[in-house]
Amino acid sequence: MAKITLSKLKHSYYPAPNGPDDYALKEIDLDWSDGGAYALLGPSGCGKSTLLNIISGLLAPSEGRILFDDKDVTGLPPNQRNIAQVFQFPVIYDTMSVFDNLAFPLRNRGVAEDHVKARVLEIAEMLEVTDMLTTRAANLSPDNKQKISMGRGLVRDDVNVVMFDEPLTVIDPHLKWKLRSKLKELHQKVRATMIYVTHDQTEALTFADQVVVMQEGEIVQIGTPVELFERPAHTFVGHFIGSPGMNVLPAEIRDGGAYFEGHPIAVEGAVKGGDGVAQIGVRPEFVKLGSYGMPATVRKVAEVGRHSVVDAVVGDTLIKAVTGSDVPGQGEQIHLSFAQEHTRVYRNGWLATERAGT
Amino acid sequence: MKTQNQKAWFFVLPVLLLVAFNALIPMMTVVNYSVQETFGNNVFFFEGLRWFEELLNSDRFHAALGRQFLFTGIILAIEVPLGIIIALSMPRQGIWVPVCLVTMALPMLIPWNVVGAMWNIFTLPEIGLLGYVMNHTLGIAYDMTQNPLAAWITIIVMDVWHWTSLVVLLSYAGLVSIPDAYYQAAKIDGASAWSVFRYIQLPKMKTVLTIAILLRFMDSFNIYTEPFVLTGGGPGNSTTLLSIDLVKIALGQFDLGPAAAMSLIYFAITLLVSWLFYTLMTKDDAK
Repeated sequence: MAKITLSKLKHSYYPAPNGPDDYALKEIDLDWSDGGAYALLGPSGCGKSTLLNIISGLLAPSEGRILFDDKDVTGLPPNQRNIAQVFQFPVIYDTMSVFDNLAFPLRNRGVAEDHVKARVLEIAEMLEVTDMLTTRAANLSPDNKQKISMGRGLVRDDVNVVMFDEPLTVIDPHLKWKLRSKLKELHQKVRATMIYVTHDQTEALTFADQVVVMQEGEIVQIGTPVELFERPAHTFVGHFIGSPGMNVLPAEIRDGGAYFEGHPIAVEGAVKGGDGVAQIGVRPEFVKLGSYGMPATVRKVAEVGRHSVVDAVVGDTLIKAVTGSDVPGQGEQIHLSFAQEHTRVYRNGWLATERAGT
Repeated sequence: MKTQNQKAWFFVLPVLLLVAFNALIPMMTVVNYSVQETFGNNVFFFEGLRWFEELLNSDRFHAALGRQFLFTGIILAIEVPLGIIIALSMPRQGIWVPVCLVTMALPMLIPWNVVGAMWNIFTLPEIGLLGYVMNHTLGIAYDMTQNPLAAWITIIVMDVWHWTSLVVLLSYAGLVSIPDAYYQAAKIDGASAWSVFRYIQLPKMKTVLTIAILLRFMDSFNIYTEPFVLTGGGPGNSTTLLSIDLVKIALGQFDLGPAAAMSLIYFAITLLVSWLFYTLMTKDDAK
């Protein structure tokens, strides 16, 4: 187990990159503490898998260094880094039994057979696959296959970090949930550093203590799931996390105050950067429907389980609101207001208001 | 209630007719010949199972069968490992892929009798490139029309040259279908190159290899044209494989009855070995 440091890491798939657009990773500086559960979250093509392959050593970065416990491992091949990786599609050795599959990484490293047996049984117990140990791995169901690939990562007791590259993609929805909680449970038991790559916000938010949100090769925000939800540092995070995502409304800053469609909007704190064009970000959860505030017209109402999503129009701008009770009807005239402590100003996508109280 | 009609038979009919005229009816004429004796003039005498008994006890048949199994065994033992090795060393991507594939496919495009004729000329001691170089440059006495060992080596090398590509192309198809993640996982698991071959590549190639071996077995076991054109079964009877012997009996000696009996036994052996091999290879999958 180890602390992982990424220092000025850049990567381009072109041999001679010119300009930042040629970089899949633009410049990453990151510290991951020992034993943490992290998620790398971002849309397809944002560079998260590239980053993962650089950490595991399958890919050499164009620039920058990777340190495990302050030891430079940038030049080391995967088998010398003591890492484990679980791939999108379960990788199992078809002709071997489940036991031999789990024992494979240990036997390759010349571990004594009695220790191999003890470790395999322990991991099998954790994964609840003890009764399958003698089965040929080819005959397992996809979720069990994926469990075995996870097991092969966890079986080595000297493993620095276990990485998961969208491991639940091929798993049936009802088993996804089970495997996800299993993973969380495993993390608490083995206390290894784990990095979980996904484009699914639910997976990231339920698994990780810290979520790293990436977009176009850059880290946009690092924070706990609550922080990402409550105070997105970038409109992208606001959009990407939450269902539906944050409302991003065109706004104007005049004399330090924010205006949307001519209405003055109270925001969480002082606006940085002077007057000009900006955006207001407010989550649908914090848009209140009532008898005061901006007049709006309801365009559509969608019931989503226990709450409803109301699409309302102010001027030409669509605002989504989530409400639990008093659902208005389509075409109805209503009034909207925003909860001040959850309303923020963004400039060029980045957060531009002081935190409330400062 | 399920409506039943007999329409399905109508759709099966063309295939039934095709199989009947293509396989069943010719086969039945062979069965018919195999229990009779003829001296020409379309006069037949019923002989029962006499030809089968005689054939199964004949030294000539045993010798030809032995040569046939030896030939098939040797070419399989060379072509399968060689084909896998070539497939493993071929590039997976880049501009050399089509070059390799076309080069590999070329020998298979040449008609069988042309292959035989090519190798015949190639090995002639006085004018063939190989024959001349062997005899006059290297000083190794090599004449496949005189020496049985030279004849055997020549037909084996010819078959390897002609058909290893089939194993290569099928193995290659199996290899390129392995996702990168398998190799990456093996790297992380610290697997050796041999382990990667034994536990990833070989299992993933198993299905195509089974087909490759089956095809090579059937083709080499029934081989006729190439060795006939090359050696004509000689010198002596040293390269008289089953099919060559069969043609000698049927058309050379015009012993239609024994030849028919031999065809049936020949067919039964090919079928049996293929079935046994296929059943053994697919046994694990059913579990």
